[in-house]
Amino acid sequence: MIKVRNLKKHFGPKVAVNGVSFTIERGEVLGFLGPNGAGKSTTMRMITGFIPPSEGEIKIGEFDMLKNPIAAKRLIGYLPENAPSYADMSVHGFLSFAAELRGLSGDANKRAVARAIEMCFLEPVLHQSIETLSKGYRHRTCFAQSIIHDPAVLILDEPTDGLDPNQKHEMRTLIRRMGEKKAIIFSTHILEEVEAVCSRAVIIDRGQIVANGTPRELKMRSDQAGAVTLRLLDGSAAAVKSKIDQISAVARSIVLSESPVAVRAFPRQKESGDEVSRALGEMASKERWKVQELRIEEGRLDEVFRGITLPDNKKEETKK
Amino acid sequence: MKEILIIAKRELRGYFSSPVAFVFIVIFLLLSGFFTFMMANFFERGEANLQSFFMWHPWLYLFLVPAVGMRMWSDERRLGTIELLLTMPVTPWQAIVGKFLASWLIIGLALLLTFPLVITVNYLGNPDNGVIFASYIGSLLMAGAYLAISAMTSAMTRNQVVSFIVSVVLSLFLILAGWPPVTNLLVSWAQPWLVDGIAAFSVMTHFDSIQKGVLDSRDLLYFLSVMGFSLFTTSVIIRAHRAG
Ligand SMILES: Nc1ncnc2c1ncn2[C@@H]1O[C@H](COP(=O)(O)OP(=O)(O)OP(=O)(O)O)[C@@H](O)[C@H]1O
Ligand SMILES: [Mg+2]
Repeated sequence: MIKVRNLKKHFGPKVAVNGVSFTIERGEVLGFLGPNGAGKSTTMRMITGFIPPSEGEIKIGEFDMLKNPIAAKRLIGYLPENAPSYADMSVHGFLSFAAELRGLSGDANKRAVARAIEMCFLEPVLHQSIETLSKGYRHRTCFAQSIIHDPAVLILDEPTDGLDPNQKHEMRTLIRRMGEKKAIIFSTHILEEVEAVCSRAVIIDRGQIVANGTPRELKMRSDQAGAVTLRLLDGSAAAVKSKIDQISAVARSIVLSESPVAVRAFPRQKESGDEVSRALGEMASKERWKVQELRIEEGRLDEVFRGITLPDNKKEETKK
Repeated sequence: MKEILIIAKRELRGYFSSPVAFVFIVIFLLLSGFFTFMMANFFERGEANLQSFFMWHPWLYLFLVPAVGMRMWSDERRLGTIELLLTMPVTPWQAIVGKFLASWLIIGLALLLTFPLVITVNYLGNPDNGVIFASYIGSLLMAGAYLAISAMTSAMTRNQVVSFIVSVVLSLFLILAGWPPVTNLLVSWAQPWLVDGIAAFSVMTHFDSIQKGVLDSRDLLYFLSVMGFSLFTTSVIIRAHRAG
């Protein structure tokens, strides 16, 4: 549904996006991650046709954004960063205007507006002027505009920014649900959101894609991924550690705490966490350890994110 | 075409939900009344025409039109709504024309509301209504030319004040190039053909000739090309701004 090839954008001498390529089909939700200034918004602006790329190709459905912008734009719903909207209009007026520009008039317009209002919980502020709305409501109003024509492609730049926890939750549920039938790209700085919503995530750093995979795959890149943590109610840490080190699938282990005992064993291959965990379980019952917890670490996205996007000297600092 | 109308409609609603349209119309009516009756002594002249009304328009528009047009694009840029507008399925040209037409309509409305003058002058004497009609058309075209210049300057910056000032200066140049006190000064040291050439770029030259009652195609062409050129430049500026 969205096909982007070798997208580049310079602003003067500054390179904001440097060779980004990816494809998304219907039914996929792609999360855009990356530090501030990485080029997420710039990439989205190019995909939505707001700014022309310096180089590269963008296809929405069967339409080329550069050669046939109007047809391509019809397929897209877009929530820009900071959710701009016409402050002097009422929520209802604004949504009806957006629907009209999307080619919906008369009854179809009324139906589309009513649907968007219901989906974004805007009833209480329907006839209020947008400039008097709270930030969260302004955000929801702009989001409502993006889904008003039930587009096949949704591009959302930080859709949960400024929403309260309940609304964040609603928004995630909504994105996940809509993602079953649409192709969605959304950017966020909240990593749990990626795990909760995305079918795939991309990490962008300094204009380039530095990681691309399912949230699970990305987490596997973490140093801790696949490690097995064993917590006991009693015993001596050193003795436990030396036993564990004898298991052949374990590469090394570290003592997390002396008492109560907690030891983490790292497998030789990240994928063989199961095997290590099973071996540890058997060992524990043979040695009659009183096990409080035995757990395979999934790896943490924030760790992977930091590992990929921080310059090397900073990485050392955060480890300490 | 439909898109142009939708955008123009939204813009008009914006003008009327803020005081801009109202203030513009009231001030325009007050000032044109003041100049016509107090400065030009409309009644004492004893002539059955509206020359004392139209002669002020180039100067009135000089400040009032940029005040209407200054927010046209600078606000879109400042508030970021330009990103919404131009990612909708509309061409930049449709957006430019739609916004321009809405503002032009406001000025047209203000002009229309001066109709009591036409009634008065018809009541008092026997004016040439053809001349009056031509003058109204000329005035509307001149306002359109100023407005297109304001549209252009408002696309250059997100700051309304800068947009206003640049637009006043450009419009002032278009007035002065053909204003008799200036052209008389120029004649003393430049060739007459050069002075005429410069004056041909002035709104004064063309507005004056329309006020004589003939809608000459050259004058129409002049105003339409100022509008066309300025709006085209607006689209170039917007495109350049998006390209970064
Ligand atoms: N119009 C512009 N002119 C010059 N530089 C720009 C322009 N727009 C963006 N940039 C630069 O391009 C880079 C990428 O910016 P972008 O807004 O895409 O980052 P981002 O990943 O969205 O960051 P954030 O997480 O803070 O939203 C930044 O360094 C920014 O300064
Ligand atoms: Mg951004």
